[in-house]
Amino acid sequence: MAESHATAVHAEHDHKPHGWRRWVFATNHKDIGTMYLILSGVMFFIGGTAAMVIRAQLFKSGMKLVDPEVFNSLTTLHGLIMIFGAIMPAWVGLGNWMIPMQVGAPDMALPRLNNLSFWILPFAFTLLVGSFFVPGGSIAGGWYMYPPLLQQFGAAFPMTIFAIHLMGISSILGAINIIVTIMNLRAPGMSLLRMPLFVWTWLITAYLLIAVMPVLAGAVTMQLTDHYFGTSFFNAAGGGDPVLFLHLFWFFGHPEVYILILPAFGIISEVIPTFARKPLFGYDAMVYATASIAFLSFIVWGHHMFTVGLPVAAQMFFMLSTMLIAVPTGVKVFNWVATMWRGSMSFEPPMLFAIAFVFLFSIGGFSGLMLALVPSDYQYHGTYFVVAHFHYVLVPGAVFAIFAGIYYWLPKWSGRMYDMRLAKWHFWLSAIFVNVLFFPMHFLGLAGMPRRVADYAPQFTDWNMVASIGGFIFGASQLLLPYIVWKCVRSGKPIEANSPWEGARGLEWELPSPAPYHSWQSPPGEAVLAHADKH
Amino acid sequence: MKRARLGTLLGTLALAFAGDPLPAWGKSGWDELNMPRGVTNVSTRIYALHMMAFWVCVGIAVVVFGVMIWSLIFHRKARGAVPDVSLTHSTKVEIVWTTVPVLILIGMAAPAARLLVRINNNTDPQLNIRVTGFQWGWRYQYLGSNVSIISKLSASSAAASMMHSGISPTSVPHYLLSVDHPLVVPVGEKIRLLITSIDVIHSWWVPDLGVKRDAIPGFLNDASFTIAPDKTGTYRGQCTELCGRGHAYMPIVVHAVTPAAFEAWLKQQSALQSEAATHPPTTAATSG
Ligand code: HEM
Ligand SMILES: [Cu+2]
Ligand SMILES: [Cu+2]
Repeated sequence: MAESHATAVHAEHDHKPHGWRRWVFATNHKDIGTMYLILSGVMFFIGGTAAMVIRAQLFKSGMKLVDPEVFNSLTTLHGLIMIFGAIMPAWVGLGNWMIPMQVGAPDMALPRLNNLSFWILPFAFTLLVGSFFVPGGSIAGGWYMYPPLLQQFGAAFPMTIFAIHLMGISSILGAINIIVTIMNLRAPGMSLLRMPLFVWTWLITAYLLIAVMPVLAGAVTMQLTDHYFGTSFFNAAGGGDPVLFLHLFWFFGHPEVYILILPAFGIISEVIPTFARKPLFGYDAMVYATASIAFLSFIVWGHHMFTVGLPVAAQMFFMLSTMLIAVPTGVKVFNWVATMWRGSMSFEPPMLFAIAFVFLFSIGGFSGLMLALVPSDYQYHGTYFVVAHFHYVLVPGAVFAIFAGIYYWLPKWSGRMYDMRLAKWHFWLSAIFVNVLFFPMHFLGLAGMPRRVADYAPQFTDWNMVASIGGFIFGASQLLLPYIVWKCVRSGKPIEANSPWEGARGLEWELPSPAPYHSWQSPPGEAVLAHADKH
Repeated sequence: MKRARLGTLLGTLALAFAGDPLPAWGKSGWDELNMPRGVTNVSTRIYALHMMAFWVCVGIAVVVFGVMIWSLIFHRKARGAVPDVSLTHSTKVEIVWTTVPVLILIGMAAPAARLLVRINNNTDPQLNIRVTGFQWGWRYQYLGSNVSIISKLSASSAAASMMHSGISPTSVPHYLLSVDHPLVVPVGEKIRLLITSIDVIHSWWVPDLGVKRDAIPGFLNDASFTIAPDKTGTYRGQCTELCGRGHAYMPIVVHAVTPAAFEAWLKQQSALQSEAATHPPTTAATSG
């Protein structure tokens, strides 16, 4: 009986839909993961195109490539697209691909929900990107959408808010799926403190998503009703309070930046041990540090509002809580360095990106620490110094970790090896020019250049030119990635063993590469788990 | 038709990227690297705090990156390094690298907290000025007098900033950092700004004064500064909160003059403006 059931199920497994049905009705975690990653790539290039125009406009003082209002639209769309369209879907894509394999499950726990949460997104991004083309152009008040400025935009305003609603629903559904998968589909014997760190960081990220996406949705909906239904939540003339929106937004916004970076911590914690051929140093500390960062991220939002005029006691509180985040963040960096220490390192592309991550993310952490000191922040706030800070944590931070993950797992997904030489070119061009692009922004901010300006005084030209040139080369180098992936999938050399990486461990590498359509058709036993754990 | 347009676009681009001679105004851009020390007690103390935090970060970076670089050089497979797989945790080290950062942070937070309290002490001003942001400019009202100034981007900058103006920004004095009617204040006196907005959120920032405070509709924020008595001069800043199309075009210019000169100026303005009130229209004030 059990036997016949198993064969029946097996036969069904081999029968997957073909053609467009495979994608539109997709319920397979790998197919959905692939779609997320492709969507993310497309949005990355759309957002990147906006960035190229921004850098061209800022090439020198007096440049008038686009109208200032169009410029503001572009910075706003660039921010929204990169955060919601490029980085977040990339994490969901990587999570979809890897979490079932890493916990010993056949698929995600809720495959139809998975389909829904993906297919919401193309509609959301059509609304968001499409708003650029409606009369009046897209919203142009910055990605944080402060009122009353947001109220001044036309048809793009409700379009953007609906897009955010859709993205929020998609994120929440995705987060639920990930939590349920991790909680219920782990292989017997995989205790929580035996889970890979990518799974851990995603689990915590999923809780953050569920906690804060509704806050964002509520806050933007209140702006919508202020505009169309005569409420005055944020309208001072009607007795409302614009600063309330800032509180709500940043209560979402700060956890959001950790949503963008926690899965990156997970990937780096997988990649460094593999290429140092040594177990991760301080696994438990990593888990607790991640959890404390997630907790602290809820009580630091005021550091985005130091110039708003909060009471001194509140500014003091937010300064101290923000500085506290540096402690668990430091623990993470120290653990990565200690993992390299007395290892036996080799420098394949995933490791190169991981090493650059540790260096450059730390630089972003240092500027974060400087920004946390309120008196100094009075000078930094609203300038290019802040732009430098968050691009250091997000580009050589989150984005490099995505690259590390892709180069680490692409052979797993495709069963083929990519062109190592080209991937190293991708790395060196990215790592060098990301600094040419963003490091001068520290100088510009300190010297007094505000962010989000369409034009600036002549003395800022020199460093802006450097940044723009760095930006153009960095942007162009990114075209290598889709080419490398495409070439690998089409004609890469098949890998022989399960893993092309000598030091790799974890359940995903216990499966053949490419992995079977339904990853773990029966849960891995203790022997497999033990083999996956040990080096 | 289409091709011709493309041609002009490419032509404009080529011209635009061709570059200008060195800026005629201000220093060379290459040495614009750091925060200005400024001309108030607060701004110099912020500068000191900023440099302290910077050097602490450099110190931490040297240690952490140093260890990492050492490891990258010596613990490589290519050099025959053998992994020490037993090195998976060490309670002693972990306690050290949690407590030492806490101590460093306390060392940084203490002076920052003191300065924060000092900055937010806005009591006993000698002069109150109400600052109102609008799309796109600033209004300054000297409380206790009838003097009120509307301060907007100077005409020369505004003309040069237009699409297809053909005017090189380096030929304009203080392009985008000059206004028609600057704010005039006395040195050596404590000045309190009461900051608000009539439309969207703006932010009033003059780096040399160490003051940045948001102008929010429905709120009256305050900030104060005292310019050192020997620091008469012109100090420039900009709006630092995105406020729409003209955000880059609403600079702030502060003329700091001696108290005697200030009194004379205020009296003259007061007379001019009460006359203007009875015989409009007229314009007042100096140019910056
Ligand atoms: C040591 C850890 C960190 C500290 C102490 C820190 C501190 C700060 C502070 C104080 C600000 C506000 C600056 C201002 O507007 O005046 C800020 C802005 C920002 N931070 Fe961080 N940060 C840290 C890490 C991160 C990480 C890991 C990310 C994301 C991956 C991040 C992303 C951002 C973003 C996106 C902004 C700017 C938001 C905006 O105004 O548009 N930060 N950070
Ligand atoms: Cu934050
Ligand atoms: Cu502004």
